[in-house]
Amino acid sequence: MNKDIKFVFDKSLLNYHFHNDHPFNQKRVILTKELLENSGQLAENQIIVPRVASDDEIALVHDPAYIRTVKSANNMSPENLIKYGLGTEDTPVFPNMHEASAQIVGATLTAIEAVLVEGAHGAVNFAGGLHHGFKQKASGFCIYNDAAIAIKYIRKNYDLKVLYVDTDAHHGDGVQLAFYDDPKVCTFSIHETGRYLFPGTGNVNERGIKEGHGFSFNLPIDAFTQDESYLEVYENALREIADFFQPDVIVTQNGADSHFYDPLTHLCGSMAIYERIPEVALEISKTYCNGKWIALGGGGYDIWRVVPRAWSQIWNVMKDEQPLHGDLPITWINNWQKEAPVTLPTTWHDPIEEIPVIPRKKEIEEKNHVTLLNLLKYTKVI
Amino acid sequence: MHVEKIMNRNVISLSPSDSIEKAYQLLVNHKIRHIPIVDEDHYVIGIVSDRDIRDASPSILTNTPEKDVLNKEVSSIMSSPVITAHPLDFVEEVARIFYDREIACLPVVSNDKLVGVITEKDLLYTLIQLTGTHVQGSHIEVKVPHKPGILPEVASVFGNRGVNISSVLVYPFHNDPEYKILVFRVQTMNPLPIIRDLRNAGYELMWPNNIPEPRL
Repeated sequence: MNKDIKFVFDKSLLNYHFHNDHPFNQKRVILTKELLENSGQLAENQIIVPRVASDDEIALVHDPAYIRTVKSANNMSPENLIKYGLGTEDTPVFPNMHEASAQIVGATLTAIEAVLVEGAHGAVNFAGGLHHGFKQKASGFCIYNDAAIAIKYIRKNYDLKVLYVDTDAHHGDGVQLAFYDDPKVCTFSIHETGRYLFPGTGNVNERGIKEGHGFSFNLPIDAFTQDESYLEVYENALREIADFFQPDVIVTQNGADSHFYDPLTHLCGSMAIYERIPEVALEISKTYCNGKWIALGGGGYDIWRVVPRAWSQIWNVMKDEQPLHGDLPITWINNWQKEAPVTLPTTWHDPIEEIPVIPRKKEIEEKNHVTLLNLLKYTKVI
Repeated sequence: MHVEKIMNRNVISLSPSDSIEKAYQLLVNHKIRHIPIVDEDHYVIGIVSDRDIRDASPSILTNTPEKDVLNKEVSSIMSSPVITAHPLDFVEEVARIFYDREIACLPVVSNDKLVGVITEKDLLYTLIQLTGTHVQGSHIEVKVPHKPGILPEVASVFGNRGVNISSVLVYPFHNDPEYKILVFRVQTMNPLPIIRDLRNAGYELMWPNNIPEPRL
């Protein structure tokens, strides 16, 4: 198979760095890129260098006053920063914060343009997917909401109907809100229920407002949800939503924090979900969008054992229509093991003995199924 | 919290001589369930609920409904006298009245005049505010001995990490009077450092809990 797909990358994307103890760590992007290169999956001519987003582009979503604050954050008082969600534990100020954030937005726009202008089948920007950014507020490790900006950019320049699919374990609240009243953008987020987890929103009854009512979908699943239940509700929901909405292009946010190793969330998926998630995205893009699919990164806080494999499988599926199986390249393991604080995995799958046993598994499956049925009520006119 | 903080000031009311039909239309058009009945001085003399009106309406199973019953005056079906609240009553007192009297709406009266209404729904909205679930946050539950000084002790863990608390609730621990559950909503996506500090300080966490294995 010889599909034209693009991997947006440049070292400058790693400048989005809060501090060394912060869980959000863009080293994940390098780890992913090298895993793909060592697997013989990523060639030099598939890598494209991102452009930088202009202030006007960032202002498609964000308030000019907020952008000004991000630019001069280093010289502002804590009181002035806190109004904009900056200078907090989650989004502390770091040097050249605006430049680093604008670079990520630019990378997502580069991925969009690769598909919609240059005619590539698909493109990925794993440094993007910062879905908690709001119009005038940073939150949840996100400064500028590259996903929302990119979708506004598509709406402004190409008039395509956009399906945004968010598989991060946290609710995609920033993107949802940016298009809450827009019937041409359908947002779908599957996430751990907000009862315990940040941000707390993403209930199944959050449906959109005004003309956008009915174009916002949420599937909150129980803590400790495992592969079978996750995939049952996810695949069913996404197929029905796509059939209801009939998108022209699909943008996926691929947070990789629903895995049982992830330290911040309580979902218990294994690598099996990260093989199916891109397969279903590919299926939707082929059925409705002439194959047009842009994949972004997102959360993912076990940067050694989970994120590189999960994101690589997105690229593998985009490229070959199937994930890789078997052993990881030994070169990759050897190159990184000494730096990793944990034992790196040796296979694309998780060994069965690693997968935790959940006592309430049956109840969780039943609860998730009921949530799915609640969501599906909104996808059909009966 | 005072009733005046959460009551609805745009009250829809009727006079006792208005028809049941008119009351019915108001309930439907405004999606409300209670209408205070006031005299010309705005003094509350009764209240009608959607159930009072339903009781007065002809059965939908009747072949020849007698529509003219709806032309009767609301005063013929209103409840009277009425339990009312004052703007400076506490919200929890209203909750107590709703629970004890099994009702869901109180007209709010000041200087003998109707100034607002407070309903079950207003109370539930307040409850949502109290739980802090309307703002972004993470949820942590700590089991603590029920003794003086424990709350500031636990809360200082959050303060030391510079994390804002958006709400604190104190729950009973089953029926054990020796313990309480403290529920915190905190404004961070990364509660790990706090969870670590709480565990290191010897507190037992109800959430995140140890199913299936100890994890942060």
